[in-house]
Amino acid sequence: MRIEVRDIVFGYTKGKKVLDGVSLSIEAGERVALVGPSGCGKSTLSQIIAGALKPESGEVLFAGKSLPRRGFCPIQLIRQHPEKAVNPRWKLGRTLAEAWAPDDSFLAAMGIEKAWLDRYPAELSGGELQRFCIARALAPETRFIIADEISTMLDVITQAQLWELLLHAASSRGLGILAVTHSERLAAHVSSRIIDFTPHMP
Amino acid sequence: MYGKGFSQHLLKTISNLNIGVREGEILAVAGSSGSGKSLLAHAALGILPKNAVIEGGMAWRGAPLDAALHKRLRGREIALVPQSVAYLDPLIRVGRQISNDSQTVGRLFARYHLKPGTEKLFPHELSGGMTRRVMICAALAGGPKLVIADEPTPGLTPHLAEHAMRHFREIADGGAGVILITHDIDLAVRHADRIAVLYAGTAAEVADASDFADAALLRHPYSKALWAAMPQNGFVAAAGAQPYAGELPPGCLYAPRCPECSPECMAAPPQPRSVRGGEVSCCNAH
Amino acid sequence: MKRLNRRTAAAIGSAAMLAIVLAIYIGGAMIPDSALQADFSQRGLAPSATHLFGTDFLGRDMFARTVKGLSLSLAVGAAASAMAAIIALAVGVAAAMGRSAVDHAANWFVDLFMSVPHTVLIILIAIALDRGAAGMMLGIALTHWTGLARVIRGEVLQIRAQQYITASRGFGKGSLWIARRHILPHVAPQFLIGLVLLFPHAIMHESGLTFLGFGLPPEQPAIGIILSESMKYISSGMVWLAVFPGLSLAALVLLIDRLGNTARRLFEPREAQL
Repeated sequence: MRIEVRDIVFGYTKGKKVLDGVSLSIEAGERVALVGPSGCGKSTLSQIIAGALKPESGEVLFAGKSLPRRGFCPIQLIRQHPEKAVNPRWKLGRTLAEAWAPDDSFLAAMGIEKAWLDRYPAELSGGELQRFCIARALAPETRFIIADEISTMLDVITQAQLWELLLHAASSRGLGILAVTHSERLAAHVSSRIIDFTPHMP
Repeated sequence: MYGKGFSQHLLKTISNLNIGVREGEILAVAGSSGSGKSLLAHAALGILPKNAVIEGGMAWRGAPLDAALHKRLRGREIALVPQSVAYLDPLIRVGRQISNDSQTVGRLFARYHLKPGTEKLFPHELSGGMTRRVMICAALAGGPKLVIADEPTPGLTPHLAEHAMRHFREIADGGAGVILITHDIDLAVRHADRIAVLYAGTAAEVADASDFADAALLRHPYSKALWAAMPQNGFVAAAGAQPYAGELPPGCLYAPRCPECSPECMAAPPQPRSVRGGEVSCCNAH
Repeated sequence: MKRLNRRTAAAIGSAAMLAIVLAIYIGGAMIPDSALQADFSQRGLAPSATHLFGTDFLGRDMFARTVKGLSLSLAVGAAASAMAAIIALAVGVAAAMGRSAVDHAANWFVDLFMSVPHTVLIILIAIALDRGAAGMMLGIALTHWTGLARVIRGEVLQIRAQQYITASRGFGKGSLWIARRHILPHVAPQFLIGLVLLFPHAIMHESGLTFLGFGLPPEQPAIGIILSESMKYISSGMVWLAVFPGLSLAALVLLIDRLGNTARRLFEPREAQL
């Protein structure tokens, strides 16, 4: 069940390509880091691989087939700003339940306190919200996690905490991880293979 | 702030905070979100909201820094380099936003390698790097003695971030004090002279940036935990989280997470004291 | 006494304003026709303790007529703004959620209806539908949905692009589910407030057109009828016939407008700094 990305082309405005023929592959259970400066199209590529954005051309294959158009996506994307990734009008328990129904021991392992389930996103810190985003992405159907700068806006201790629990969950369940980051040091810590993603910058 | 329903209560977001910045230095104020670093910047600029309750005081070159003095200094001797392009008026040519005096504009632009003619452009016609330099010029136009840079690097490529930091170093070398507000301890270590580590609204430690070379040089357990969590230093995560304003522990704010916590830490907040050339708020620091 | 904070004050204010509006509506509906009978012994009396707003040329109590008229205006206004708001919701959501052809068509219709002067269009529709309350309501509804439709379209477009919507699709949720759970609750306050703010417009148009003779028929106790009848008597010194009903209408319209704006600040505290 590997991910194969073939010849992805994408541009937000006509004539200006953000991604121009990108190909890569990730094996099941593999940890890969995608490193490059901000603005190079890493986030765009992450969204395309997770099926959140349609490329102009090229394809993303999961286990040899294109991603299902309906149903739970086995490639889950976690993004940089958790406060944007949750509905501000929903309590976090509901946000979590939208994805799946984790049990108490899973929540404890994620460092999520039960009281937080009854709170609104504005009542939690970025690091706490990101725990929810990680937890809901770790549904039973998930096979790959794309972590797009998930700790960039957080302090180093919180960053280390989040990666610790993500890596632990991934290794115990054999999930593959694509870590997208601008930090080579972080990449070296969380992955076994680094893809340098510095395309033709202007 | 507002609580549940219609109740309104006072939140103690900053407490026992003592920080000074000297001429010619970059002081990094490093802290996670909720540590009070933005409030500190707003206080230094004198733009706290009207409903803020403030105890204690600030001083500017020996004189008490009150509202009247703030009004006189702000935008001239105290200047802000904002986070984002949104601070430039999109409908006014950038030259006029910096200063009405074209000589000043020309001089600043030359110093920051902005081509003649840039002053005639509108903000949307600038590239990211140019925008940043224009905002620095805007801050410098009044000849400030104190420059406050609020998270100046997120969203910049490493190359541009290095550039921006070099500009701040130049400003400091020109004799002004620079306060660099950031959540990125790595950036602070690389570019600041001194670092104030903020935790839950209080300064845990103010240390020379060079002290971050080794955990043994640091004084506060929280600074040491920050050090250990940096990827290059082992990526070790300390347990726990920063307490919320409103749910602060009675004694030392770090006590619940502190590996060296002693009974006296729980009793009363530690007073800042000098240890090995740095300021630290910890009973056990030595 | 503890000082009220702004949000509590706004909530109490809204409740009070709503109570006044409801009192006028219910009070007007409860006034029996007998109270509006002509009584020639009481003709043309100036305002006094027994007749707060005076009496008219047939000896009818002007206060009762005014309340009755405002009550009728409220009913017509409520129906008209509800119709307008529902059209706006349907068009706005369809434009934002549908294909670009739907969006183009919706925008074209919005522009079309905005380009025709309201008053003229309402008069045409009202006359085409035999000048009754129904024509009036339809006319007002068809001319007043455009602004709110644009607001709702913008809201939905903005929310549809949110990351949590994308995430929701990733969890296998369909468009209908997302529209019901994520989007509609977000638009609901906008919708309700838009509805309340349409209200004063609707009332003004109703009374204005009725005054001009294009609206409700003369046998209805409408505020526009009162005002237009009263105009004839102003020159003969019976100023109160026009002044009090007119001021009451203005006060009611201002009150509802104020209610809408206060409610908006309650629902969207962050934007309104409350």
